[in-house]
Amino acid sequence: MRGTNKVGIGVGFILIMVWCLLPVAWIISLSFKSQEAITAGSPGFLPTSGGSAGFQNYVDVLNDEQFRRAIFNSIGICLIATALSVILATLAAYAIARLEFKGKRFVLTTALAIAMFPVVSLVSPLFDMWRTLGIYDTWIGLIIPYMSFTLPLAIWTLSAFFREIPWEMEQAAQVDGATSWQAFRKVIVPLAAPGVFTAAILTFFFAWNDFVFGISLTSTEAARPIPAALSFFVGADPFNRPASLLAAGAVVSTIPIILIVLVFQRKIVAGLTSGAVKG
Amino acid sequence: MASITMKNIVKKYGDGFPAVNDVSIDIADGEFVILVGPSGCGKSTLLRMIVGLEDITSGDMMIGEKKVNDLAPRDRNLAMVFQNYALYPHLTVFENIAFPLRLAGASESEITEKVNAASKTLELDEHLQRKPGNLSGGQRQRVAMGRAIVRDADAFLFDEPLSNLDAKLRGQMRSEISRLQKRLGITTVYVTHDQTEAMTLGDRVAVLKRGVLQQLASPRQLYSNPGNLFVAGFIGSPPMNFLPAKVSGTSVELPFGTVQIPQDKADKVAASAANGLLMAGIRPEHFEDAAVVDASRQGSTFRAKVDVVEWLGNEAYAYIPFEAPPEVREQLEQLERDLDGESLRTQLVVSLDGTSRIAEGDEAEIWVDSSKMHLFDPATGENLTVDLDNAGYIHGHAMAEAAEQPAAAG
Amino acid sequence: MSTVTAPATKDGVNEKKAVPPDSDRMKAENRLGQRLVAPALALMLLVTAFPMLRSLYLSLFDYSLTAPDEREFVGLQNYITALSDSALWLTTLNTVFIMVVTVAFELVIGFAFALVMHRVVFARGLIRTSILIPYGIITVVSGFAWQFAFSNTNGFVNSWLPFLDSTFNWFGQYGSAIAAIMVSEIWKTTPFMSLLLLAGLAQVSEDMVEAAKVDGATWLQRMTKVVLPNMRAAIMVAVLFRALDAYRVFDNIFVMTNGAVGTRSVSFLTYQQVVEQFQFGIGSALSVLLFLSVLLIAFLIVKLFKVDLASARQEK
Repeated sequence: MRGTNKVGIGVGFILIMVWCLLPVAWIISLSFKSQEAITAGSPGFLPTSGGSAGFQNYVDVLNDEQFRRAIFNSIGICLIATALSVILATLAAYAIARLEFKGKRFVLTTALAIAMFPVVSLVSPLFDMWRTLGIYDTWIGLIIPYMSFTLPLAIWTLSAFFREIPWEMEQAAQVDGATSWQAFRKVIVPLAAPGVFTAAILTFFFAWNDFVFGISLTSTEAARPIPAALSFFVGADPFNRPASLLAAGAVVSTIPIILIVLVFQRKIVAGLTSGAVKG
Repeated sequence: MASITMKNIVKKYGDGFPAVNDVSIDIADGEFVILVGPSGCGKSTLLRMIVGLEDITSGDMMIGEKKVNDLAPRDRNLAMVFQNYALYPHLTVFENIAFPLRLAGASESEITEKVNAASKTLELDEHLQRKPGNLSGGQRQRVAMGRAIVRDADAFLFDEPLSNLDAKLRGQMRSEISRLQKRLGITTVYVTHDQTEAMTLGDRVAVLKRGVLQQLASPRQLYSNPGNLFVAGFIGSPPMNFLPAKVSGTSVELPFGTVQIPQDKADKVAASAANGLLMAGIRPEHFEDAAVVDASRQGSTFRAKVDVVEWLGNEAYAYIPFEAPPEVREQLEQLERDLDGESLRTQLVVSLDGTSRIAEGDEAEIWVDSSKMHLFDPATGENLTVDLDNAGYIHGHAMAEAAEQPAAAG
Repeated sequence: MSTVTAPATKDGVNEKKAVPPDSDRMKAENRLGQRLVAPALALMLLVTAFPMLRSLYLSLFDYSLTAPDEREFVGLQNYITALSDSALWLTTLNTVFIMVVTVAFELVIGFAFALVMHRVVFARGLIRTSILIPYGIITVVSGFAWQFAFSNTNGFVNSWLPFLDSTFNWFGQYGSAIAAIMVSEIWKTTPFMSLLLLAGLAQVSEDMVEAAKVDGATWLQRMTKVVLPNMRAAIMVAVLFRALDAYRVFDNIFVMTNGAVGTRSVSFLTYQQVVEQFQFGIGSALSVLLFLSVLLIAFLIVKLFKVDLASARQEK
């Protein structure tokens, strides 16, 4: 009985690892296939002996001005959106976790509604509005929607963290002679820092992943982020794309994610599970 | 340091439920007062109103000569120790204790001096650079106290500070708090639901039930002169026995037999006794195995079948079930609910000397010191035999006694 | 917070809720709370409520970006056109199909993964790091990876599946194309689902499971009678969010088939009308309909599965 259990878990473990890593291994493998081999057709998981390109695809991708620009856009836009979103979410989450005020349910319901909102519904009105306002195809034009769509997740994650800070702690600070602001800054902020950080990672992931806004609110490389740039990497024939080059671009775009995951695995798991389901 | 005066304090919540209802307590400068009662009695709410974490619906809260109803906690200059200590986990022990001083903008040398003095008093010297997460429960408790004593606060407030410690540590910390308070001579208000803490620590004890102050008196007065059924049942362990009693003259008919009470008590209850059954209250220690009682002692004896005996070495508890008439039963059940207990069978608990040989199932001869018996009105719960001169303030009695009390207790 | 105080003061939140509204502290708290949430709320509404209202307005016009001056009020004509077009109904059907299949698979596989992760004693860090990679990877990248994997010129799937001819074109017909899209969806989101379920699993007390074991329950009985009922809230909230997410499927379709062979989703159809054909009038009408259909689905899931909305909203 115990033995079969152990075997089952071992098999499950291997299955999970294969599930998670096989497609990643595949895209890496694909990125080493030479473009000639791709055009000629090179089925199979690994590059054939003659069809390997070494790092040529990576060199080509990184030399591509548009792709470099897309990386720059993505990093810039996502970092700014993340920072601003987390600041606003911290304030809101503190209020939701700690204060009683009229309209709290409305805020929570709005956040829930936005988490469910069909992003594509907004493409046409935002396209229209942004053009009127002159922020179409600019960083700010993407930062604003990224912020508002990451706010629900950030608010949830953070209010879950705030709730776990004992309420007594803040009262003790007040009795000790702190003003509300001092209590917030000297006691709550240091304690909430890990939560803020987690919220920031999740927010960054969301913004990094976005595609709909990326393709519909940009028209040039001025603001086009990586996912959109990758999809525009397509040749004339959508069924015969420069696959290995794209794969190299995809791998490059995944590197920051993998780094973040490697370093902050614990925080992300904690944030995801506390922020999304609690109870 | 200062006195604390509560005048007709009321706390009402949005639904109109009064968590604290018309409570008046004068706490003298340097006095140690305990707020005690079962869950939901309003004791913590009252403490939080003193410190300013809770709004006062009506009434006056004075610290010294100053009315503080509308002051923020930081302007009241009180120090508080919380139930879960509320230590700041990101700061070292030193910084935790220094926190109020830093907020007050004290100089570095003053901070070092005061924190070191506090840590010496509390024997925290070797822990100063550690974080609270690495400390034991008792050490955390001492840090929380350190944070309170570094400030020259007008009063200390404790909110169930020992409830998270194990029994042995609780005993040690209890004496530590008592010693500290006596040495500093600081006005202290201490909330607990533990009657041992209440009895051992307080100069005076305020017993609360559902937001109403039941009695405010010294521990000794509470014990020997409980103002009503609730206080009588709450103070003392094992609790006082309540038995249906039929009184005529100085004879009291209990389920186990008839005993005699002194004439002065008989006079006090005569009027109520005429209306029917009373409730007799006798503490377990006022019974004894008749075989070990010195014959010269006053009292009555009766015979009863002992159901269970718990022998503890120095003493033993014997349990004797009895049947109670419905009207008494109902009152006892209500009392149990008020005390957070569950009403089980009605039984008499008798404390016996450790040398007693009474065994389970015996038909034993039990002696009772009936002069210590209290008689309660079963309808109102009022103690009809109370000695008003030695009972402090009792809810429902004239306020005159209460006013005299601080002087007597101080 | 002291548990010994009145029931009304059991925790800070309830306690505050009960303060009469005329107290100064309450007023100050109310003001502070509203000020703190105002920026976030304003931003969320600016990007959703306001554009939605504008969509509602624009949907009443015949309005094309190719001829912006010929804007003309047409009342509900756009809705009538959209709703009487079989394309909308077909894409809706397709979207619901994708939603049901992917969520079902994600739930089953995710639960299996969660069970393994819950029990595994070695390499916990490794397994959690691995499971976060699909979660973190860009959907577009996942779409590409699977598109190329299924490709008959450069992929490996055909050669790994013995019953398939190596020239089989996965994207040539609806059935296999939609399967490929769903594989990409399921691959990327199952790990997320498994983490949510793992959190739910962690909340089922070990004592309870052991008590059931002592009471003689088999593994299956422990799962169905003890573990699953106690995870209900977690599962339902996860299903709600994932289902709505799946209903909005867009990225994978865009990348993998570009809507060919009947694989369009409602989101994709709306996008096509607006961005590719600049039909803002009818596009706005579709946007409104998409929004309403999401609301309807959310409502149905909440009612059907009795999802605890308060826990979804994080009020507890």
